[in-house]
Amino acid sequence: MSDEDAATNREAVNPEAVNPPDGGADAVVLTGAEIVCECLLHEGVDIVFGYPGGAILPTYDALTKYPQLHHVLTRHEQGASHMADGYARATGKVGVAMATSGPGATNLVTGIATAMMDSSPIVCITGQVPTGAIGSDAFQETDVTGITLPITKHNYLVTSIDELPEVMREAFHIARTGRPGPVLVDIPKDVQIQEAEFVYPTEPIQLAGYSPPKTARARQVAAALELIRKSKRPIILAGHGISMAGANEELAQLAEKAQIPIALTLLGKGAISEQHPLCLGMMGMHGGAEVNHAIQQADLLIALGMRFDDRVTGNLATYARGSRKIHVDIDPSEINKNVTVDVGIVGDLGEVLRQLLDRVERRPNKAWFDRIAEWRADSELREIVRPAEAPQHPAVPEGKLLGAQVIRDLFEFTAGGAITVTDVGQHQMWEAQYYQHERPHSLITSGGLGTMGFGLPAAIGAKMSRPDQEVWAIVGDGGFQMTMMELATAVQERVNVHIAIINNGFLGMVRQWQEFFYEERYNQTPMVNPDFCKLAEAYGIPTVRVTERGQIEEAVNASRAQTGGPTLIDFVVEKEEIVFPMVPAGADLDDMIRRPTPAEFERQQRERAAAAEVAEAETTELEAPAAAAALGSRFGV
Amino acid sequence: MAKHILAALVENRPGVLARVANLFRRRSFNIDSLSVGRTQRDEMSRMTIVMESDSAEADRLVKNLYKLVDVVHVDHLHSQPSVVREMALVKVRATSDNRREVIQLCDIFRARIIDVSAESLVVEITGEEEKLENFTELVRPFGIVEMVRTGMIALGRGGHTLKDEGFKPNRSRAAARSNVL
Ligand SMILES: Cc1ncc(C[n+]2csc(CCOP(=O)(O)OP(=O)(O)O)c2C)c(N)n1
Ligand SMILES: [Mg+2]
Repeated sequence: MSDEDAATNREAVNPEAVNPPDGGADAVVLTGAEIVCECLLHEGVDIVFGYPGGAILPTYDALTKYPQLHHVLTRHEQGASHMADGYARATGKVGVAMATSGPGATNLVTGIATAMMDSSPIVCITGQVPTGAIGSDAFQETDVTGITLPITKHNYLVTSIDELPEVMREAFHIARTGRPGPVLVDIPKDVQIQEAEFVYPTEPIQLAGYSPPKTARARQVAAALELIRKSKRPIILAGHGISMAGANEELAQLAEKAQIPIALTLLGKGAISEQHPLCLGMMGMHGGAEVNHAIQQADLLIALGMRFDDRVTGNLATYARGSRKIHVDIDPSEINKNVTVDVGIVGDLGEVLRQLLDRVERRPNKAWFDRIAEWRADSELREIVRPAEAPQHPAVPEGKLLGAQVIRDLFEFTAGGAITVTDVGQHQMWEAQYYQHERPHSLITSGGLGTMGFGLPAAIGAKMSRPDQEVWAIVGDGGFQMTMMELATAVQERVNVHIAIINNGFLGMVRQWQEFFYEERYNQTPMVNPDFCKLAEAYGIPTVRVTERGQIEEAVNASRAQTGGPTLIDFVVEKEEIVFPMVPAGADLDDMIRRPTPAEFERQQRERAAAAEVAEAETTELEAPAAAAALGSRFGV
Repeated sequence: MAKHILAALVENRPGVLARVANLFRRRSFNIDSLSVGRTQRDEMSRMTIVMESDSAEADRLVKNLYKLVDVVHVDHLHSQPSVVREMALVKVRATSDNRREVIQLCDIFRARIIDVSAESLVVEITGEEEKLENFTELVRPFGIVEMVRTGMIALGRGGHTLKDEGFKPNRSRAAARSNVL
């Protein structure tokens, strides 16, 4: 996050806090639980997502004295950690989740791991059994700091009330600075009950082993500038780090000044407007073919705040072989981790980009853009989502609603202005392909961990963080059912989040892998679903079911018109749609499975028909495989 | 592949050793030895980590160690002139027939005999890894009953020290401080 955001966080300190941060006030005697609340106020926290229980009860009791801290009762602790995460991602402010010891804390784990993988700043506060009972397998005792050690940026077991204020302050500091991430503070029940004089520490935080890097070394900047100057086919790979550092403006300036096209990672969406002429769109496993080709053919990669995840590189041995590489990241351990680079720069992206911008120069190369335009024209031929009145790609089944169409139309009818929060699966990739984001922090999705069940709770958190924004939860029918109990939370808190279920009756993304790589054995991917509209109606949520493309606009508008709480649209879509293009896991980045062009598709159809005739003439017992082949061939696979 | 010796200054906070050990496992670093001990400052411990790897891997470990909040400073002693020592206690089978031979070997290696019984001797030997290895090879024919090695510890020579200036212990935390375990 940017310094500016950090400053906002600091300014948001509540005036009603016992000891204002400028110090001066006399010390008061408070319980540990009250100290926790005081510290939350000092950090500018306004919402806590959580779930009570025995070991955290003193803190819940103290919360009654702090009405400025609004507590949101989730229906599962996983929901609390995802909501805190969604809250954090929508603004860059630290999200807070709270849970009791044992099962409460373990239920937070998926959300913590999700936040860790995507560098999202959250602080989780868990109750623990009293200090004297720790290690005795007491009722609801779990070694939570042990369990979360590899999935937190840092964690604490508070063993004395005296260290509580400092620990709380460090926790927020560590969560929000440098490469942000989750921090967990485990507080034994007796520490919450004990009393101590409370003076909010005012001296600067001293952490000898923690000092996030800022500016780059001049030598590295010079080396990077030289590579940029000499490059003929450069491409910028923009990741999540851009928006987290608030370096969006600098990114645009660098690209414009040096005339370099930009490819986005999934979490990089929003780093620059996708309408920007230099923005190519998403790279990677389901990225644009033209983007992946450009990366493979580039002579210079400028990777900014991204980490060369295997989902964006494909086969590392053949990845962008002909290119020099510059990598800028705030985390030194990311440099040379997956991809060996020529110039590795560690620093805050805003600072580093400003350093580069001062002196960057490069002669634009029209031929490079022409090549990319050719690849793009080829992609457009294969495009399946077209205006309803335009001639459709022959592979589009007549009268079927496609998930991809739903997202494209949602983009249109929300004027591209919503914050979208996705779950994980095909619908997530369609959102990434068809919802063009303009602003930072406007797409919230679990990229690194790929956590199904993230969508709904994260959307609730995002909406509570940005009540002024339109928020859509775009979820699959599978993932929705993992955390759909949070519908109740949304209703209780009157959170105006619009839920779009892309309902294909399948664990669609897994089905796609089975179709491509497991000879169409659809084991455990078809689902018998509840009637999602009836389900939501049981919570008093207004719903619409959409089965045809022509109904989308009205349904979206009806949803948007509702303001008092959540709404839900059940989009019943084609069951066996494929996300194209696809780089099979581990394949070369430009070795993509493509949707055929209309001409290719028609030729394939003719060949198949001819082959089928021959087969029928020869034998009559091939029915089952032929049926399977027909299924697989619908989209020209 | 080469032997890399890393020295890390860590804050004496509970769980630091677990964090470092977890890092080895989690990022699959293959560690030859790890030794942890007190330093000239109460609030800090020093870890010496030895790994057989290429230098990129050692680099990766340094960077990952730095990511741990409790790790104050890490040095790649391999790239510095440094003194390296390890100690071993070796219980060698030695009866009246061959005790003299074993004692002679110990003399040559400047190893100390710190326990004698009718059946065996316990030998304390300190030195660089190679010396320890040579010694154990030579006494092996007599029979090594049991043996333990400390793992390596190392210091930079002369003015080369691990930076700890930036570090000031925290008032209220000092009370709550414990060892690295
Ligand atoms: C918690 C969890 N379990 C399993 C998976 C593996 N997985 C990835 S996508 C997917 C299918 C998702 O189905 P659905 O939510 O219906 O979305 P669709 O792909 O159909 O759009 C599964 C099971 C996962 N990502 N997360
Ligand atoms: Mg589905």
